Amino acid sequence: MIQFDNVAKRYPNGHEGLAVVDLHVAPGEMAFVTGHSGAGKSTLLKLIGLFERSTRGQVWVNGRNLNKLKQRDIPYHRREVGMIFQDHRLLPDRTVFDNIALPLVVTGMRRAETGRRVRAALDKVSLLKKEKVFPITLSGGEQQRVGIARALVSKPPVLLADEPTGNLDPDLSREIMELFLQFNQVGVTLLIATHDLGLVDHLGRRIITLQQGRVADDSQRTT
Amino acid sequence: MAKRSKSQLPKRRFSLDTWLLRHAQTALSALGRLWRTPINTLMTTMVIGIALALPSSLHLLIGNMRVLSDAWEGSASVSLFLAESVDEAQAKAVRARIIQRPDVVEARLISRGHALEEFRRLSGFGGAIDLLDHNPLPAVVVVRPHQRIQGAAAVKRMADTLQTYREIDLAQVDLQWVQRLSAITRMIERGVWVLAVLLAVAVLLIVGNTIRLEVQNRRSEIEIVTLVGGTDAFIRRPFLYEGLWYGALGATLGLLLVLVSLYLLNGPVRALAGLYESTFALSMIDLKGLLGLLIGGPLLGLAGAWLAVGRHLARTRPA
Ligand SMILES: Nc1ncnc2c1ncn2[C@@H]1O[C@H](COP(=O)(O)OP(=O)(O)OP(=O)(O)O)[C@@H](O)[C@H]1O
Ligand SMILES: [Mg+2]
Repeated sequence: MIQFDNVAKRYPNGHEGLAVVDLHVAPGEMAFVTGHSGAGKSTLLKLIGLFERSTRGQVWVNGRNLNKLKQRDIPYHRREVGMIFQDHRLLPDRTVFDNIALPLVVTGMRRAETGRRVRAALDKVSLLKKEKVFPITLSGGEQQRVGIARALVSKPPVLLADEPTGNLDPDLSREIMELFLQFNQVGVTLLIATHDLGLVDHLGRRIITLQQGRVADDSQRTT
Repeated sequence: MAKRSKSQLPKRRFSLDTWLLRHAQTALSALGRLWRTPINTLMTTMVIGIALALPSSLHLLIGNMRVLSDAWEGSASVSLFLAESVDEAQAKAVRARIIQRPDVVEARLISRGHALEEFRRLSGFGGAIDLLDHNPLPAVVVVRPHQRIQGAAAVKRMADTLQTYREIDLAQVDLQWVQRLSAITRMIERGVWVLAVLLAVAVLLIVGNTIRLEVQNRRSEIEIVTLVGGTDAFIRRPFLYEGLWYGALGATLGLLLVLVSLYLLNGPVRALAGLYESTFALSMIDLKGLLGLLIGGPLLGLAGAWLAVGRHLARTRPA
């Protein structure tokens, strides 16, 4: 589903995001990316969502070579890749409903269909009652769940999450992880960057450890 | 995993009514945004309106000047100075012959005695003329050409023909100042074009800058829309509609300004024309000017918005 062949990313200011990475994530797999701060976790995810382009090597997502993707095709690529962020990136002046509907609105989906899909997503993150409120009135965990609902509302085959539990207490973090496990069960491929090894260690999933822009360790944990 | 180097991305095309509905919604919400910041909108609109009204009213002024100078060229007269040897009776005969001509509608004889009297009365040199022992002034026939003799060149040709008469010393067209007026008109016309281009660029920049600020304010929203797969066209659309509205509102205001100033000017112009025994009145804005304003304004707004959003999109593109 996701494949990195000899990928390097050097930012225009000379900082090295990724030194060299070879990686393969199979369809339906759920993997964690960890590593010290500045190891390149965010860079890795940005390359998959085409928020940055690699400076060397090839990135493949869902059978597509991203290096060959034209500028005008990038939005269509992003619709197949759901993104979740530590800081949620919600629009403060739109209701929860409108925030979650955004990925569908940009595709020009009809209202009725949009409403159905948004409510289904809200149901999955247990926020059905909050559709009319503004994000600012929600707790951190609830805001993160809104962000998750937005990422999955268009049913993308791939979900990327960058420190999704970074600001949450352990209970809420576990709740979010439960959600991800559920999505994985229905076949979504997930790649989750996290610092919190304690949270994910016992899940028995693959953990990719980055160090200075390289894969230092890549192993399946067993419980 | 099968590798496809060609991207096979699903690009949903949606139906026409959905498309129209979304455009209508976007247009309305753009107008709503302008409405929610009334002071800003009013000021921007006024600047655009004034910038558009200026060349429009000058264009109108030129049009009116042209009508005026054409009318005056048409009403040109030719003065025929008769030879000194021509006596009163011969002068009358010459006048009679000239009025027979098909290209002449009116011929008025000013006899030598008459000319002298008029000179005494109007010039203030009556005393000087009394010192002379004979009347130095020639008899004059003032000819008004037929309507179909149009333009300075035609009148001049007519004068040349009349000069071939044996009794006529000199045929003079009283047209010079009219020609000057039309030359000035042409020059101002050129200037108006230059001004119009400059002010069009100004409108482009005003709208561009307004939209640029709007884009700045909504930067995070734009970022999130790109995040979830919004196309450039989707991001651009609300801003383009805003630019369009600014242009349209500005053009409407500009039109209003032109009409009001015309209305205010028309009274004095009529009074002035009355003094010259003319029924001239300012003509209202013509179709070309009207369309130029009402189509040009919105188009300039659209272009300004396009440039502003385009710059932002180009800057935020992944390298
Ligand atoms: N936009 C950018 N411009 C320049 N350099 C960048 C940019 N983003 C990241 N970097 C650099 O690339 C390297 C990897 O950064 P990245 O954000 O991928 O690390 P990370 O593993 O996500 O760190 P953290 O755990 O702190 O989020 C760092 O050295 C960083 O300074
Ligand atoms: Mg990071």
